[in-house]
Amino acid sequence: MSSLLELRNVSMIFEQKSGMFGQARTIPALTDVNLEIHPGEIIALVGESGCGKTTLGKVITGLYKATSGELLFYGKNIWSLSKAGFGEYRHSVQLVQQDSYAALNPMRTIFQSLSAPILENKLVKNRKEALDKVSQLLEIVELSPPEQFLEKYPHQLSGGQRQRVLMARAISLNPKLIVADEPVSMVDVSLRLSILNLMASLNRKLGIAFIYITHDLATARYIAQNGRLAVMYLGKIVEQGNMAEVLSNPRHPYLQALLTAVPIPNPRIAKAKRELPLKSLEMPSLLNPPTGCAFHPRCLYASRKCEEEAPPLAPCGNRVIACHHEERVPVWKLASAK
Amino acid sequence: MNEQHLLEIRDLTIEFALRSGVIRAVDRVSLDIPKGRVTALVGESGSGKSTLASAILNIVSSPGIIKGGSIAFNGSDILKYKANQMQKYRWTDVSMVFQAAQNTLNPVMRIGEQMTETVLSHKKMSREEIVKKASRLLDYVRLEPDRVLKAYPHELSGGMKQRVMIAFSLLLDPQLVIFDEPTTALDVITQDYIFDILQKINREMGITMLLLSHDIAVVARVADRVGVMYAGKLVEIGDTFEIFENPKHPYTAGLIKAAPSLLDDIGKTKSIAGSPPNLLKLPTGCAFHPRCESAKDICRKVAPDLIAVGDGHTAACHLHDPFRKGEKPA
Amino acid sequence: MRAALDFFRIICRNKRSLLGLIILVMFLFMAAVGPLLFKLDMTVSFEGRYQPPSWEHWLGTDFGGRDTFIQLVYGSQEVLTVAFLTAVITMLVGAVLGLVSGLIGGRLDRSIMLVTNLFLTIPNFPILIILAALFTIQNPFSFALVLSAWSWPGLTRTVRSQIISLKERDFIVICRVMGLSHFHIIFKELLPNITSYLSINFIMIMRGAITASVGIMLLGLAPYSPTNWGQMLNLAISQTGGIFNPLGYIYLASPIVCLALFQLGCIFFANGIDEALNPRLRQ
Repeated sequence: MSSLLELRNVSMIFEQKSGMFGQARTIPALTDVNLEIHPGEIIALVGESGCGKTTLGKVITGLYKATSGELLFYGKNIWSLSKAGFGEYRHSVQLVQQDSYAALNPMRTIFQSLSAPILENKLVKNRKEALDKVSQLLEIVELSPPEQFLEKYPHQLSGGQRQRVLMARAISLNPKLIVADEPVSMVDVSLRLSILNLMASLNRKLGIAFIYITHDLATARYIAQNGRLAVMYLGKIVEQGNMAEVLSNPRHPYLQALLTAVPIPNPRIAKAKRELPLKSLEMPSLLNPPTGCAFHPRCLYASRKCEEEAPPLAPCGNRVIACHHEERVPVWKLASAK
Repeated sequence: MNEQHLLEIRDLTIEFALRSGVIRAVDRVSLDIPKGRVTALVGESGSGKSTLASAILNIVSSPGIIKGGSIAFNGSDILKYKANQMQKYRWTDVSMVFQAAQNTLNPVMRIGEQMTETVLSHKKMSREEIVKKASRLLDYVRLEPDRVLKAYPHELSGGMKQRVMIAFSLLLDPQLVIFDEPTTALDVITQDYIFDILQKINREMGITMLLLSHDIAVVARVADRVGVMYAGKLVEIGDTFEIFENPKHPYTAGLIKAAPSLLDDIGKTKSIAGSPPNLLKLPTGCAFHPRCESAKDICRKVAPDLIAVGDGHTAACHLHDPFRKGEKPA
Repeated sequence: MRAALDFFRIICRNKRSLLGLIILVMFLFMAAVGPLLFKLDMTVSFEGRYQPPSWEHWLGTDFGGRDTFIQLVYGSQEVLTVAFLTAVITMLVGAVLGLVSGLIGGRLDRSIMLVTNLFLTIPNFPILIILAALFTIQNPFSFALVLSAWSWPGLTRTVRSQIISLKERDFIVICRVMGLSHFHIIFKELLPNITSYLSINFIMIMRGAITASVGIMLLGLAPYSPTNWGQMLNLAISQTGGIFNPLGYIYLASPIVCLALFQLGCIFFANGIDEALNPRLRQ
């Protein structure tokens, strides 16, 4: 299968200088990430804050240039593309951010914000065409009638409506892939599903692939039910595979802990909840990452080997897992608390 | 008065006079908080739950004004308290962990100093005693007291700071602690053990809690009672199991259905139609009717009152009014 | 056009900024039209000195028998021109440097900031006195140049910090993802977000420039115009005897009152600008 986008051993190391003479500290935000994205699929990228998921999103959208590794777009490394080629890449990969209020210029109307990209990129010739196109986009994201929204400023819309505007902007350049970074975490609970459904329908109708970045496994499961799941921990992917398969039998101890922590809206199960399968609650700092497997200080099954040697992301059935003792990790069941 | 209720709120109404109009953030809410138990209030942004909580401490921020009603703590109306009584009541009787409280720590003071200051501003106690007490509480919230007392806020992670705030709220042995969105902006694992700690505090120390959250899924675990607020009104309240298994108000039912979880059948989850109400232009009758699938004519005209729908379970919905049984949907 | 109407509608709704606007318009009118209505006659006539206010001389006459009010009117033109020019020069230098520094960053940013900080550490007014003494100030433009020499660094710093925080904001980041040009990002996305800040600064720099210009005039360091309010103050003290001469009170007080009024006007007007230019505060 040909891939739309492929990340090969992508690493992103930030340097932080402290003071004029202070030594530069390095922060390995991403370490050897390999990920393949196929046209039209949905991948959920799940991890806690500081795991590098947002950095990965910025690398994929071309905002950061990875310090090492390759990012292949239809087989071509994007950083050696010609200017026109890179321009095409820019259009093909779009971003939807978390905070819909911050993502829209407060001084500009919805029409101004939505028409600028299509006008500048010559998708439409004039203001008149832009008006038609923007109205059409607003219809697609179910903001109708569009006339009601065109002249509004961002603060005049509700959080859910603004998030839809962001979706409209993201699809305006006819992208192949949209990176959605926590698009619903700031939306009212009663509206979250409708935004997720909108993304699913954009995926179905327009064939746009989605990378859904989140810390919330429940929404990840919802949006990527037929897609894939990649779990990140301290800058590395630790488990990746088909969503349904991975959730029915999560293998990495970190993923098991993460799943245990997901709140369940059912008091009978929630109240009988067991302890988190973790040795320590604190997440280690990226400034001083643990040796070997980054998860070993918190892992119940860690051995000497885990302290010394980082486990490679190895195939295991249909998925890949980075764990030395995958066979020692007990089977985890969703409702096992009962 | 009922011995069992630590706090009794009656017909509380809070209004905000804005330039664009008057907003009734809390509309005739009556709520009992039973002693020694965890009561959760669930509502989306603008539902009025945070305003309600700030009224319990009588710290409604300007231009908000308590227009009417009473808040009785152990039988005495706190809204009639004099300044010195209020000072004693706040923090020693009732304390609160505010939303994003981890950012309210003073960045240039060590945690230990801040805790000492807090205690000293309310009562006389020797420094050693305070440190001993603070250490015990920090240990209780699963932090290393020696390290944390000497630390500056920036040296702690978000989850650690939130636990420090919980320890803070317990410093003066309050009877009631209010937690406003205690885990918003924290990761799932952190959220999980914070709730673990809250549960422990409630069970072992017998502290009554009021928990505010926008997400109904997270309260299932710790709450004994769950109240649901919509557009400034309490629309349903009852025992946690009752609320989750037998919700009577369509909004409550919608919220439960709209929360994706790892267990449910994905096909059955469903979002609530429409968008949250504009408090300046509230719909007539029941504020939820424009989003309600089973709305009847009466819902557009008359605002429903809370009526008993089960044992200790009340809901404000015309569909459950016994006098309108005939109109009840299948 | 609609935007301008909106702007004034909102300014008018805010009572304080409306008052400020009225005061400023009054001064503007005085400076622009005043000299056309009144004829300044600076010939000395000893018979007519220290006259009290009358129909002929609205604010009486000075130590040389010249009309105080007409001097004020001519002086206002002088003062306002200097203030306006200073604000324009400061704005051009300060805002452009801040914009460049914040947008480009790196080594250029560091060098600009080094110079800026150097300027900021040296106190403003003593330098102005020295500069005014060194350069012969002969017209409003050279005066404005001297005054703006030390007023830009503060603006540069704040504009830079605003730009730095703005350019990391999500709505600018998305412009980069969508391949929008630098021109678009700077002029359509960034600038509208600092317009109100810049306009408030423009007014406030004018206010500061007037104080400084009057100060320098008062010290007699730029004696090129006898009707400048600062020069009037200077003369009121040196020729009339200041507060020791009851006959010269009006001559002494009139430039002071005008200065105070103008400052008040600036502050009040600036008060409503943010509201009028920010769609979030408009309702």
